[in-house]
Amino acid sequence: MSTLTILGILPLIGALIVATLGKSDARRAKLVAFATSIITALYAIVVAIGFQIDRPGFQFVESREWIPAFGITYGVGVDGLSLVMILLAVILVPIVILAGWDEAEGGRWSAKTFYILILILETMMIGVFAATDLFLFYVFFEAMLIPVYFLIGGYGSGERIQAAVKFLLYSLFGGLLMLASMIGLYVMANDQIGKTFDISALSRLEMSSTTEHLLFLGFFIAFAIKAPLWPVHTWLPDAAKSATPGTSVLLLGVLDKVGTFGMIRYCLELFPNASKTFTPFIITLAVISIIYGAFLAIGQKEIKRLIAFTSISHFGFIVMGIFAMTTQGHSGSALYMVNHGFSTAALFLVAGWMIKRRGSSLIADFGGLQRVTPVMAWSFFIAGLSGLALPGLSSFVSEILVLVGTYTRYPVAAVIGGIGIILAALYILIPVQRTLHGPTAPGNENLADLNLREKIAIAPVIALIVLLGFYPKPALDLINPVAETTIAKSGFTDPAPTVGSERR
Amino acid sequence: MTVFNTPSLEYGALLPILIVFIGAVIGVLVEAFVKPSMRRFVHSLLTPAILVVALFQVIANRDTVTTTAAIGSVVIDGPVIIAQGSLLLLSLLALLFLLDVDSFAPEASALPGSEEEKRAIAAGKQQTEIFPLMLFSVSGMMLFPAASDLITLFVALEVLSLPLYLMAGLSRRRRLFSQESALKYFLLGAYSSAFFIFGAAFLYGYAGSITFPEIRNAVIASAGNDVILLIGIIFVSVGLLFKVGAVPFHAWTPDVYQGAPTPITGFMAAATKVAAFLATLRIFYTVLDGAIWQWQPILTGVAIITMAFGSIVAISQRDVKRMLAYSSIAHAGFLLAGVVAFNKEGLESSLFYLFAYGVATLGAFGIVTLIRDGQGEVTDLNRWAGLGKKSPAMASLFALFLLAFAGIPLTSGFIGKFSIFSAAYQGGLQSVVIVGVLSSAIAAFFYIRVIVLMFFTDASDSSVSVTLPTRRSSIGVWSAAIVTVALGVLPTSTLAFITDLAIFAR
Repeated sequence: MSTLTILGILPLIGALIVATLGKSDARRAKLVAFATSIITALYAIVVAIGFQIDRPGFQFVESREWIPAFGITYGVGVDGLSLVMILLAVILVPIVILAGWDEAEGGRWSAKTFYILILILETMMIGVFAATDLFLFYVFFEAMLIPVYFLIGGYGSGERIQAAVKFLLYSLFGGLLMLASMIGLYVMANDQIGKTFDISALSRLEMSSTTEHLLFLGFFIAFAIKAPLWPVHTWLPDAAKSATPGTSVLLLGVLDKVGTFGMIRYCLELFPNASKTFTPFIITLAVISIIYGAFLAIGQKEIKRLIAFTSISHFGFIVMGIFAMTTQGHSGSALYMVNHGFSTAALFLVAGWMIKRRGSSLIADFGGLQRVTPVMAWSFFIAGLSGLALPGLSSFVSEILVLVGTYTRYPVAAVIGGIGIILAALYILIPVQRTLHGPTAPGNENLADLNLREKIAIAPVIALIVLLGFYPKPALDLINPVAETTIAKSGFTDPAPTVGSERR
Repeated sequence: MTVFNTPSLEYGALLPILIVFIGAVIGVLVEAFVKPSMRRFVHSLLTPAILVVALFQVIANRDTVTTTAAIGSVVIDGPVIIAQGSLLLLSLLALLFLLDVDSFAPEASALPGSEEEKRAIAAGKQQTEIFPLMLFSVSGMMLFPAASDLITLFVALEVLSLPLYLMAGLSRRRRLFSQESALKYFLLGAYSSAFFIFGAAFLYGYAGSITFPEIRNAVIASAGNDVILLIGIIFVSVGLLFKVGAVPFHAWTPDVYQGAPTPITGFMAAATKVAAFLATLRIFYTVLDGAIWQWQPILTGVAIITMAFGSIVAISQRDVKRMLAYSSIAHAGFLLAGVVAFNKEGLESSLFYLFAYGVATLGAFGIVTLIRDGQGEVTDLNRWAGLGKKSPAMASLFALFLLAFAGIPLTSGFIGKFSIFSAAYQGGLQSVVIVGVLSSAIAAFFYIRVIVLMFFTDASDSSVSVTLPTRRSSIGVWSAAIVTVALGVLPTSTLAFITDLAIFAR
């Protein structure tokens, strides 16, 4: 068994241990789940240290026959990008468990089931990023929906069931379109090189441009729903609002990244020509997402929905960076995926605590938290500043890279997208001002500040936001080579820098 | 003077069918000579024993593939071996539910609600003819895909159908409803048989022979373009499409599925599909292959309509058996995609799909037999609300079967869907694939709705819970679940087995 397989199995073992515990033993279930996720995270970090940055291609590769009748292998391996995504996932899981220590209470089922679902989800998140076989990726991509569905529907609040069903149906619809495209690839591979689902083998297929366009769309729509991009984003605000804060963190922080990750790994590598054709169209959608998400975020009265719409805006940036087809754009997008994961996690976790203490999620019900609960207020503030990409915090680096990378090829899109930054200031600062500053709103006087457990949970997230803001090199070192090879494989070169009047 | 040679019958190849048939005859004798109180017990030993012995004989026949038997009217080739094996396994599974609950009328000949019936109930009677009837039906199903001339095919069709018509009417509760469904099934079945035999007559008139190889030669010789041939193809297809429940010949499915005793519905849904689809595949792949340009477009249309119609109409169903009936129509559409694919992958994937779908179907209907209140089974979906709380194990297993129907990865349904759609794509039928995935998306909606109902809706006063499953039903449901997951995670050996054998003898 390779390192990656062990990494993937660790949470599953934890889930099995939790499953053997008694039903009422919520405390022990939590401890086991937390310990498992910590061990997984530590092991992942050890794996990451062993990763050789200079070596191209996948590392820690393992490939076994799974269903030879269809040429399907159990193939795993990581490059810089997937390693970063796996790290993001395994770091967020223990934080989520610690932050939402009592989150499972009040759900439909026992806390035990909650932690089993979380740990199964962790295994699938590792699998989806580590898969080097398209079929294996698809299996994780689809199977992942089931635990999330039960997490939202079983432990959320408000109209959680409708939200869960909406989430599942949107995702299944996209997934099935992708299945049709995947079958197309498989049949072509069968004609040309024999049955296989290996990504690098599939990327060498010859296909007519019509076929390539159609297959590309199957994949792209699935990923656009996942990411989510305007106009297929409508499931996200409902899901984020209804899910527990921890589930929302995993949903927006990690699961949605599967969409953007898939665009890089599958859309661009498998269908470079179609990607080129559709770029203007996709860039347009991305820009609309940026502006639309920002405007709707400004108008939200509800904290969790607000964060969800800011995410739609941010995903617009990520997609724009990906399809700008420049190395800076790509590096920026990949880094953005990580940064967005952490800053959204911080926002959601603190928002979750605020909502739990106040018993309301309306922005209007808060006010003057700065005085009552300074630590909580500051955490929210820093998380918000990271969300608006303040220099010195992590999102700034990635947003600049995306905009610079896009400007060299699509100046108009970059300029319009740039407006999103200004709007970001509005959608973050307005709620910050309303909730944290000003006179203490009625009902807020006796709110408790963060306790030790919550401080321990939020501290590493904020530390990472600041660290990656000042020193993004470790992440960029992992990401840059992948960005360069992806761009090269898709047949693009970075536009040569032009100076002054030389520009057409 | 004409010399008559004794026809050679190749008993070895025919043995599995004969064993089941003789078993059915013995079952009838049991009904005649064993005293009533002992009949059920004797059947409960005899019927599974017959099926197991037949299964062993099928396994023994595995290596002697491709024999024509009974002067060319039966052909035993790889697909038939697989079909017979699947049929016997599915029947054994169905038998677990059949034996378990008291689903059958105390005395079928008594008028519903009459004094006679009350006396029969008081005497603790239960109709036990169901077991020999089932064996007769199974023997017909085993012959159906093996038939190699039109007359054998028709006889097999009737042998498998007639017992089913009867069995559908034997429900213990809601007897009028059950009898109505049996009558509908019988009348529509009779019409479709008439269509079939009409078409067969045209094929005979066209080819001058009833045997498949000679019809095939005649079709190839004329490049399949002849009005008489086309009429023959169309009417034979109608008969077959009726049996598989494809749109527009599906009208019997919901009523019969709902009215028939649930264990019979499961058996019918799983086993009839195997037999009927294998026969359909044989006819279109090995007899009418010369006329592919004539039938492929029509069947493609039927496949597309069937998938879409089944999925869309299922959404509005409020009864679990009706919902599963429409879902089976949708699945018939998916299976037709394997027929129109017209390649080896189409045959392989259909064989896999039929078995995987059959197991999941039996599991699902098996659970339906367990969800009951004082009056018997409860099939109204509204009353399933909160089942996940009251009986988490059964609700979870039902959810598993629904996810398999929906084709979620790691269940057998996904491998089946993937393989059948890739066969269709390979056959150049991208439109079928696209409609197929879109119908799957629609179908997912109502499967998920049931899951929501079971797990996320609070139980009301009228909600039901599971009667404690007895050992036989538990074994049935759990083994169906294990097979469903196993075929989804590690389908390799099954697929390899099918790939080796799935070649039609011509």
